[in-house]
Amino acid sequence: MADDKKFAGYVCTGCGLGERLDAGQLETAATRDGKLQSCKQHEMLCSAEGVQMIKDDIANDDVTHVMIAACSRRAKVEAFNFTDVALTRANLREGVIWVRPDTDENKETTQEMADDYIRMACAELKSMTKPSASGEQSVNKNILVVGGGITGMTAAIEAAAAGYPVHLVEKSGALGGAVGSYYKVIPTRSPYDAPAENPIPALSEAIEADGNITVHLNSTLTKTDGAPGRFSVDIATESGATETVSIGAIIQASGWKPYDANQLPEFAYGKSQDVVTNHELEALAVAANGGPIKRPSDGKEVQSVCFIQNAGQCSDKDGHLTYFAGVTDLVSIKQAMYFKELNGECDTTILFDNLRTPGAGGEDFYRAGQNAMVTFSKGIASEVVPGDSLTVKFEDKILNEQTEMACDLVVLATGMEPNSGPDPYARLMVDEAEDEEEKAKAQAILENAPPSILNLQYRQGTDLPHLKNGFTDSHFICFPYETRRTGIYSAGPVRRPMDIQQARDDATGAALKAIQAAENAGLGRAAHPRSGDLSFPTFRKEGCTQCKRCTVECPFGAINEDEEGYPMYNESRCRRCGTCMGACPVRVISFENYSVETVNQQIKNVDIPEEWDEKPRILVLACENDAYPALDQAAQAGVEINPWARVIPIRCLGSVSLSWVTDALNNGFDGIVMMGCRRDDDYQCHFVRGSAIAAERMNKVGDTLDTLNLEPERVILHEVAITDVERAPQLINDMAETVEKIGLSPFKF
Amino acid sequence: MSDLNTAMIEKYRSSFLKEVEANVEEGEWVKMCMQCGVCSGSCPLGKHWDHPPQEIFMMIRAGKREDVLSSDSMWMCTSCYNCISRCPRGLPITHIMHGLAVYSKRLGLTPQKQPTAEFSQIFWDNLMKKGRVNELKLGLSMYFKDGFGQGIKNAMANQKLGQNMMKAKRMNAMEFFGGHSVKDLSGFQKIIKKAQEIEEGNIKDFK
Repeated sequence: MADDKKFAGYVCTGCGLGERLDAGQLETAATRDGKLQSCKQHEMLCSAEGVQMIKDDIANDDVTHVMIAACSRRAKVEAFNFTDVALTRANLREGVIWVRPDTDENKETTQEMADDYIRMACAELKSMTKPSASGEQSVNKNILVVGGGITGMTAAIEAAAAGYPVHLVEKSGALGGAVGSYYKVIPTRSPYDAPAENPIPALSEAIEADGNITVHLNSTLTKTDGAPGRFSVDIATESGATETVSIGAIIQASGWKPYDANQLPEFAYGKSQDVVTNHELEALAVAANGGPIKRPSDGKEVQSVCFIQNAGQCSDKDGHLTYFAGVTDLVSIKQAMYFKELNGECDTTILFDNLRTPGAGGEDFYRAGQNAMVTFSKGIASEVVPGDSLTVKFEDKILNEQTEMACDLVVLATGMEPNSGPDPYARLMVDEAEDEEEKAKAQAILENAPPSILNLQYRQGTDLPHLKNGFTDSHFICFPYETRRTGIYSAGPVRRPMDIQQARDDATGAALKAIQAAENAGLGRAAHPRSGDLSFPTFRKEGCTQCKRCTVECPFGAINEDEEGYPMYNESRCRRCGTCMGACPVRVISFENYSVETVNQQIKNVDIPEEWDEKPRILVLACENDAYPALDQAAQAGVEINPWARVIPIRCLGSVSLSWVTDALNNGFDGIVMMGCRRDDDYQCHFVRGSAIAAERMNKVGDTLDTLNLEPERVILHEVAITDVERAPQLINDMAETVEKIGLSPFKF
Repeated sequence: MSDLNTAMIEKYRSSFLKEVEANVEEGEWVKMCMQCGVCSGSCPLGKHWDHPPQEIFMMIRAGKREDVLSSDSMWMCTSCYNCISRCPRGLPITHIMHGLAVYSKRLGLTPQKQPTAEFSQIFWDNLMKKGRVNELKLGLSMYFKDGFGQGIKNAMANQKLGQNMMKAKRMNAMEFFGGHSVKDLSGFQKIIKKAQEIEEGNIKDFK
């Protein structure tokens, strides 16, 4: 096969490249150092003519590997889209001429930079093969929706409307979920002036009439095996019958549960029947059947009601929810208007501290409440005293006094808790806890784990990982519905507290993502952020030591283990981040076009000048998602970057192999700057855990430096955001200064 | 004191708010206040008020009838309209303040010796006599409102100003005797009487 490879290079001289650089010398670097069989120049490679030249070579000269030396790999992607070959790009525009001043004294170092990037690209190309799907896939259009509440019902209807058959699984005996039991809902249409009709009955009818939707009531998932495009799901009914269905992608819309108000004894919940939660009030309103709402204790028509906002939420107190449900102020306005509608002259007071009415119509609905004579008092309730008439003690924050009011009914605006499955990493959190307090907290989570919802047969656990406060993880910054289990999308209040309209929007988005995932899986393509990527990881079995690091560290739980403990890749679960590659101590994991070798070759082919030349070399490993675009933008803005820097884009910091660091240092690099995304709780890592895992691994890099007798400052890891246009180049320049201070590496041969 | 004032008000019941809606000019806006406090922060005289507008509105909603109506605060408003132009909810705050002042006056709850209230009464009485304001008498009434001795002191202090105004024919000493009237004084008085009747008819009893 090796004989069939044909390597061709193309050097663009447009965009000022021809004027700033010696194109002839670049060609020589490509053919002599880079050992390409051919190298051509073009004055504007991205033009139709230039692209045609490359296409012709591929078609007529059987070129299999293409090196394009022009602009950044993030520019002109449509023009340089050659799917039949292995492709690499040497970044001479954003990487070299745009970050270096156009002066005579800089000409030499600028050319050296460009030559190096050509050599690096050629070396990378030599160890690449063209990525292609395994061909084992076929499209499976079935979408599974778990949870038959408003989110699940909407997702089912939307997916079915797009022509995808849906299995809708609901644990209880009826569709509708929490919203199903509501009297009315927050209005979602202008003029937002009154509670609106409950949408559930109409949705139920639509689902019943939809031939594309199969509803499974009283059912749960007892087993979910496989991967996107080939999930095998066991749906079991209460009676014990099990049906196995084949599924392309899954939407988890398991919803929320009301906060347990028994933890609010100060508000007499449980002591007086006339203290109810906002969730329970809906039942009273429905039971009123169009007449006045009656209080539970003695059936008296409610003539005065007090809503206590943020009851047991937005609070640091023990047993309270630290977060805000987002929607409960709107809910109280809605419910206060029930009383205005049903109970005539009922006095209705809402005690709030911060009234938050998000959404398009939120402010209008607040006004509507005020217009209907709902009294909004800025006050913090401290106690409810039970009795024939309830006494609410509170601090009036405007009048600045401790006061109280009497009322027939108290409604506690309590928060929402997610219906997540057990956190697959709960055990790990216990094991890795840094102190006793943290350990106890993790242990409590582990012991109080809810029953599994998905029952995934994954190496890393049965359900979707959690983020904060037990909510199911989603990449909330960039890709809201994405979870760390590819092809399984969370939607609705299971991933964050939200109202009905938000949940329905969420459901629609998740349905579209699920469809995309099913289609991608059918073609062997990756989901975001490397959408469409056909490469996937393989491992050399004879080299594998069954250490399990890849199966444990994969952020997406994509890798299972076979009986002997070897990794089993599920390519459609894989997001192609390469974290497994970075984890592997014996370097047996690789992608066709991205491997330990492709980067190592780039490192080795940087020309390291002799020590007395006083030209240091700084290796920059920049995450392609944030750091590399930030550097591109810096180049566009004309921010200068030190001429000693050689930047290699990497898929994720998680893919960095420690061998790159040691090899670079051994080869005479003077400093190494690694740039990844923000990690941990407020992560921006596109692969969620990649950046964090890399940071853990690099903790150990100090030992390597010690054994080499090198200064620890030579290797540094930074969190870089895509907006760090000024900072990213500065970090590189800082390293140049550091090197100047501590001197060049002694490893120059 | 009107017996309207003896109505029992329960705390945080909307009965006083309803009374304000019915009987105070622009009172129906009070419920729309969202307690942001921009009015209080904008009032140039705010620090001299016992209760800035935001607080007045909250007191109304909290049912503090006595405290609101016998307050000095709404009399402090100088109608600069800063609050109105800044209120994000568009409340006509200045008008509401005047409305509250008028209502408190009607119920006899205005604090004794409230200077603005006193001046307003003098102005009204002066106007009603001839259908137009007699500035000489208005000034004198103000000077002598606190007794004869204080009146002489006030008059002497402003002697020069008075003389200059007369020289410039801005004030006529002859106005002291009777003074000008509008052309149809009885017609004017009829109009006022009718207006008062209408207003009286609109007042709802919140006993």
